[in-house]
Amino acid sequence: MNGKTALNKIGKWIGGRREASLVILLLISCLLIGVMSPDFFSSTNVDTIINDIAILAIVSIAQFFVILSNGIDISVGAIIAFSGMACGMINQDHPGTPIFVIILAGLGLGLAMGAINGALVAYGKIPPIITTLGTCSIFRGSTFLLSKNTWVTAHEMTDAFKHFPRGRFLGITTLVWCALIVIVIAYVFSRYTRTGRAIYAIGGNPTAAKFVGVSESKTRFIVFLISGLLSGFAGFLWTTRYASAVNEMASGFEMQAVASCVLGGVNFAGGSGGIIGVVLGALFFGIINNALPSLYLNVFWQLFVQGLIVLIALMVNTIVDDRKARKLLAQRRVSK
Amino acid sequence: MTDKTNKKQDLVAASRLVDETGLKNRLIEFFTKWEVLLAIIFVLMFIVFGSITPKFLRLKNLLNQSGTFMEKSIMALPMIFIIMCGDIDISVASIVALSGFGIGMAAEAGAPTPVIVLVGLAIGLVCGLVNGLLVTGLNMPAIAVTLATQSIYRGISKGVLGEHACTTFPESFQFFGQGTLGGSHIPFSLLLYAVLAVIMYFVLQRTVYGRRLYAIGSCAEAARFSGIKVKKARVINFALMGLFAGIAAVILASRICSVRSNIAENYDMETITLVVLGGVAITGGKGTVYGVVISSFLVGFLKFGLTLMKVNGTYQTIAVGALLIIAVLLPRLLDMFKANRKLAKQQAQARLEEAGAVSK
Amino acid sequence: MAELITIRNLTKFFPGIKALDRVQMTIRTGEVHALIGENGAGKSTLVKILTGVYTPTDGEIMMEGKKLVFHNAIDAQQQGIVAIHQEASMFPELSVTENIYMGHHQRGKSHLLSWKEMKSNTKALLDRMQLDINPDTLVKNLSVAQRHMVEIAKALSLNAKCVIMDEPTSALTNNEVDDLYRIIRQLKAEGKAIVFISHKFEEIFDICDYFTVLRDGQYIGEGKIKDSTPDKIIHMMIGRDLSTMYPALPSFDPKSPVILKVRGLCQNGAFHDVSFDLHQGEILGFYGLVGAGRSEVMRTVFGIDRSDGGTMELFGKSYSPRGPEDAMKAGMALVPEDRQKQGLVLAMTISKNITLPAITKLSKKGFTYRKAEEDYTVKHGEEMEIKAAGWQVDADTLSGGNQQKVVLAKWIGTDPKILILDEPTKGIDVATKAAVHEFMVEMASKGKAVIIISSELPEVIGMSNRIVVLHEGTQMGEFSGDQITQDNIMKAAIGEKVECK
Repeated sequence: MNGKTALNKIGKWIGGRREASLVILLLISCLLIGVMSPDFFSSTNVDTIINDIAILAIVSIAQFFVILSNGIDISVGAIIAFSGMACGMINQDHPGTPIFVIILAGLGLGLAMGAINGALVAYGKIPPIITTLGTCSIFRGSTFLLSKNTWVTAHEMTDAFKHFPRGRFLGITTLVWCALIVIVIAYVFSRYTRTGRAIYAIGGNPTAAKFVGVSESKTRFIVFLISGLLSGFAGFLWTTRYASAVNEMASGFEMQAVASCVLGGVNFAGGSGGIIGVVLGALFFGIINNALPSLYLNVFWQLFVQGLIVLIALMVNTIVDDRKARKLLAQRRVSK
Repeated sequence: MTDKTNKKQDLVAASRLVDETGLKNRLIEFFTKWEVLLAIIFVLMFIVFGSITPKFLRLKNLLNQSGTFMEKSIMALPMIFIIMCGDIDISVASIVALSGFGIGMAAEAGAPTPVIVLVGLAIGLVCGLVNGLLVTGLNMPAIAVTLATQSIYRGISKGVLGEHACTTFPESFQFFGQGTLGGSHIPFSLLLYAVLAVIMYFVLQRTVYGRRLYAIGSCAEAARFSGIKVKKARVINFALMGLFAGIAAVILASRICSVRSNIAENYDMETITLVVLGGVAITGGKGTVYGVVISSFLVGFLKFGLTLMKVNGTYQTIAVGALLIIAVLLPRLLDMFKANRKLAKQQAQARLEEAGAVSK
Repeated sequence: MAELITIRNLTKFFPGIKALDRVQMTIRTGEVHALIGENGAGKSTLVKILTGVYTPTDGEIMMEGKKLVFHNAIDAQQQGIVAIHQEASMFPELSVTENIYMGHHQRGKSHLLSWKEMKSNTKALLDRMQLDINPDTLVKNLSVAQRHMVEIAKALSLNAKCVIMDEPTSALTNNEVDDLYRIIRQLKAEGKAIVFISHKFEEIFDICDYFTVLRDGQYIGEGKIKDSTPDKIIHMMIGRDLSTMYPALPSFDPKSPVILKVRGLCQNGAFHDVSFDLHQGEILGFYGLVGAGRSEVMRTVFGIDRSDGGTMELFGKSYSPRGPEDAMKAGMALVPEDRQKQGLVLAMTISKNITLPAITKLSKKGFTYRKAEEDYTVKHGEEMEIKAAGWQVDADTLSGGNQQKVVLAKWIGTDPKILILDEPTKGIDVATKAAVHEFMVEMASKGKAVIIISSELPEVIGMSNRIVVLHEGTQMGEFSGDQITQDNIMKAAIGEKVECK
């Protein structure tokens, strides 16, 4: 094989794969940012970035499965707040509770809230946006009730609790390890299990899914269970990482998670997308947020930049899809 | 012979079921209407709160109170059109923020009241127009596009204002949110809302444009095949939404006399809640303006009543969320009931057709 | 050839319709069984019962001596009855392998999916069918024919005993049809039973061994293909001779003025270089197989899709519609193919549907005007003889035939000069069908120009003064007078050169 065809092949691979173009986009932006502020590549800064996006990556994966099934979960932020607050309060009131029990509590609460969403969507047949819009207020309101409108501060938490995400193994923090484990499990689940593929099926073509025996309501229910479970876990991580549990925590975080998915090439109409893309999308947000100060924009512009990136990603998705469809039509013409 | 009479009776029963003018049918149709159920709940709420705290029934209190939720109620009006057409706009709170930012900046620059108002309305209109053009131009789901513009609009206001708050407004500007009608307790904003609601009612229920919106919402493709400019109508809806968000921004800024980048947070969710609670189907094609007017007052006064009963604000948030879910779950049960009736009607209709009964 | 499935007295009621009435059929192994009938004869209902989508009202299905009861599509699949559906049952965003294995993915020891195994099995399956398709390709990147083949491969992977093919050739080219025949013969040799549904007689006589005819939901007859002739089967299908089925057409004068002149009309990927004249007072037929671009041409003429080239002239003036509203203003009406999604707003009342295109005309300064709407509805509704309990009844309560009458009433009110009908008699009863045909003749004799698109060749031949034939987006010719024969039109439609004027 000569060099030219190899190059062609690489070009084709990049053009055909959303993930590859994202990697290139990431590399280019890293390079540009690196030129403007050399500190960017310092090991402490890289460490900061990956620690910053760990929770976002987990919640984006939660959101990914929901969007894949052609839904949306607006309540993830509220689930994080409720389970995070609960974890913080358990630690405050019963300092002797082992960490893993607290983690289980966070997971269990998330699962329960996900089950409520799932039951309403899958069996109550309420559109996901309406369901989660409603449960978003309910869960957030319940957080205030749980905390009696107070918050848990750093000095009310035990050291073991606070240090959990900061511990290091092989030079990487526990927080990042948690995210990595979630990513790997989610990847395997989405590619190598029947349930994972069923989510692709109901998102891509619910009628066809029925023909091959995939239960739409059961799968939808599972999707929200996963979303709740991961958000509950994220709640625990959030409280420990920021060493405080406030009622407003993670508000608006659902939108960031959706944004990572959009950037990662997940189709809003359901049925296509992958874990790697979503993680890259989250990584991209982490890098941009980190680099904003060195781009001479104050932190208040963060939201604006995020919105702009999502909009551009949407436009690119549409234009690429459009061109692909046209090309395919033209090819069919020629072949005939 | 008996077979024949049986058949005849059967046909009579069938035509009774199909006949829309029969009293029993009419009563059933009426009481299974969502708007009627809402009105009943509304009256019940007055009875309950009124018997617990007489303060609730005082007209002055109710009027004063209504001034506090007019912004959301106003924004719910064009949201009916948007949801009616199967779209959604989750950027409205951000439009209020951006429009409010323009109002604040204009006021700080010493602009006269009419200019301030115009700035607010113009920003709203432009934001809405941008949403509409992006949604129809990109052919993307409205939720995705408005998710992006939600961050962009609020992001601009946040980026420029930072932690700053604009608090200097000319005295005449304060009338929009705080003024009452000559001596009475009727807030200006309530009057404005009443006028807008009546206009929107006529547009939706009595004009060609309204009829077209129903057609688009029920089946966009059939509407297109009937010569309706679907994209144009959707752009107009979004532009209208922006304009009304601008109006809401004027009233809000005038009422609280202070503009920060975080104003009107969560207004989009609450606005959508009002619309869905008012009986507008999230799948499009169904809904009325008066249903949403009832739901706006229902939610507003419910919060007031709970406050009077010294119920924590948190419970109110939960109550509204629960109300939203119940509001969708209940009509679904009603629909099931109606679907059964419709099936019976279809069968009756078929029997009539078979018998060759031509109506009219 | 052993009996595999025996159907006895199968009956299915729908609200107001007896879709199947005591139907019988015997399906044997190693045999290709043609299921023949007009649209609405009950073929698809029978298929849906066989595949577990519908449950029968009465009657029984026996398979190898055992009575079958299906609760859903999966039950039928597990018994070995698989239907090749149209595209509706594919996952366009997923790979060929996954489309074949969705619902019964193969798992390894670790309970995780073994893609390697599935991929090699898929490869083997495709090789066995001598198909050159990469198992990794996404289905959205396949041609229509390839998708069909993948569906068949899927049926094979399920170890189907009986494969039902519903108009499998409707979107295929000649070569692709040959491929399909090869695979059908292979299946036959392997001892599978095949049910083949088609409207095309040459196909039935090419590939099938046995036939069963249905008409109006009833069993009419059966027999061996080699002992029968197309004429005999047609007679069974329609119950009378072809010539008496259609009303006499108004005489057409080729010198009558041209209303619509289309030259070199193109749309990338759909059709190219389409040219025709439409005269006053004529009925112009458009024929082609599904996917030939007939509907697309009409959508473009009506302004729904944009053209990528070519010119149109209407009444001698240049015409380039930006949307259906322009076409309507210019005096056109289109009765679309999909009555339920394009023709009607089902959730609206009959009255609101009929007045929809004319709503501006019936309003006063933008406000709707109830009295005018009522009068208008009554006038045109009665003209079309719509049978309904009232004009304020929702359109979705009506039967297919009445719904089509509502669509016609809706357009006749706009007083069109050009009336385009896309599959106007699909899925409606015989009486309404005749009414639609008479309506077309009446329109033409009133001096309107009518275009009809139909997949039923007899209908196009019986109802057109001239016929334009398309094949894969290319215009194959224009036929009139003596040139209009079943043979000529069909040949042109499958892409063979035919001499015409």
